[in-house]
Amino acid sequence: MELSGTSQKTITAREAGLVACTRCARAWPLGTPVCGRCGAKLVSRKENSLQRVWALWIVGLICYFPANLYPMLLTRQLFTETDSTIISGAVDLAHHGAFGIAAIILIASVVIPLGKFWAIAFLAVSVRKQGGIASHRRLLMFEVVEYIGRWSMIDIFVVAILSALVQIKGLVTINPGPAAFFFALSVIFTMLSAQAFDPRMIWDAQDNDNEVPDHG
Amino acid sequence: MSQVADLSHAPLEELIVCPVCDATYQLQRPKNGERAVCVRCHKVLIAPRRKAGMQIIAVAVAVVVLISAASMLPFLKISAAGRSNSVSIIDAALSFTEGPMLVLALLTAGFILFVPLLRMMLTIYVLVPVVLDRPAARHAVQAFRLSEALRPWSMAEIFALGCAVALVKVADLATVGFGPAFWMFGVLVVLVIVQDSFLCKWSVWNSLEHPKKR
Repeated sequence: MELSGTSQKTITAREAGLVACTRCARAWPLGTPVCGRCGAKLVSRKENSLQRVWALWIVGLICYFPANLYPMLLTRQLFTETDSTIISGAVDLAHHGAFGIAAIILIASVVIPLGKFWAIAFLAVSVRKQGGIASHRRLLMFEVVEYIGRWSMIDIFVVAILSALVQIKGLVTINPGPAAFFFALSVIFTMLSAQAFDPRMIWDAQDNDNEVPDHG
Repeated sequence: MSQVADLSHAPLEELIVCPVCDATYQLQRPKNGERAVCVRCHKVLIAPRRKAGMQIIAVAVAVVVLISAASMLPFLKISAAGRSNSVSIIDAALSFTEGPMLVLALLTAGFILFVPLLRMMLTIYVLVPVVLDRPAARHAVQAFRLSEALRPWSMAEIFALGCAVALVKVADLATVGFGPAFWMFGVLVVLVIVQDSFLCKWSVWNSLEHPKKR
């Protein structure tokens, strides 16, 4: 069954005096504390969610700086010892001609995290503001952030694989640097920050604008 | 989904609310293979499939077996100048061993092995009684809730792509060979993705609420 009656205005659970369970989609009378079906806590809107979003966002951002400044990999090869940060590692790969892999590393460890910081901040600001871009775009942004955020962990896994695998004593060894720790924390905190965001507020902001409902 | 004209008279059981945008609808069950989609935000609300339960259980059992086997067997092997080193996934996860890195080791092991493993076992635990038309298992509700909460933290597929990246990085230092666990992990990633697309959360919640009537 695809869409039917697309021209009608949607009624939100809150307008109908109901509260929805975001985990199992069941409706309950407004004020019910816990979902009787799945046991999740019920709130009509996570009113204080923006504070949590910002708090976790800031911790994530703070961890992101040492993640880029400290070395990620410590490579010991015969007599030379090289420390490479995320960016210098990608540059090295590009020098060796592995442009595809360099691009994956740069996208997963630099472009995606920075994009995420920007997107979460934008969403958190935009639900407080009237007007602005359409809810559909903002929702798309939220979904992309939620889906893609986990993929930043790839760099941590690469470091884990390399440091376990490349352990040939006296010839070549690779060990993780402090940046790995901070980078993992940064990814985890931004994931938590995105999870704390309540997407229903995106639509409330639109309803407050009294825009023509855009049902696509 | 059809819009409700007067929600105050509809029994609550006959309603479904979009978890993303809070739009409320009168419940209309789609047939198997069809999908009910939120009119406003296009979130898929219900997507039942024929015999999905049995397929999901089968896939989950396969994943449990694969993870257990793949974590122990050698995974990648390198050799340089006559010396070689082979590692299992457990070795990779536990390669962070100094000080605060130990936390990272535990997190990594959790993300790539224990969380996927736990999710699959919870899924089997919840779905077996449902598929057999038995009353729900004890604490099935809590089990399924935990499984859903862990979903974003299950990162086996990301680890698989990480292997590809690591291989290229190592290629000019040493020769790399694949162990049996590498191929197992490849299959596992496909299975995890298939399973996620088969599972209709709403149908599971609904059958936990009404174990007999389906």
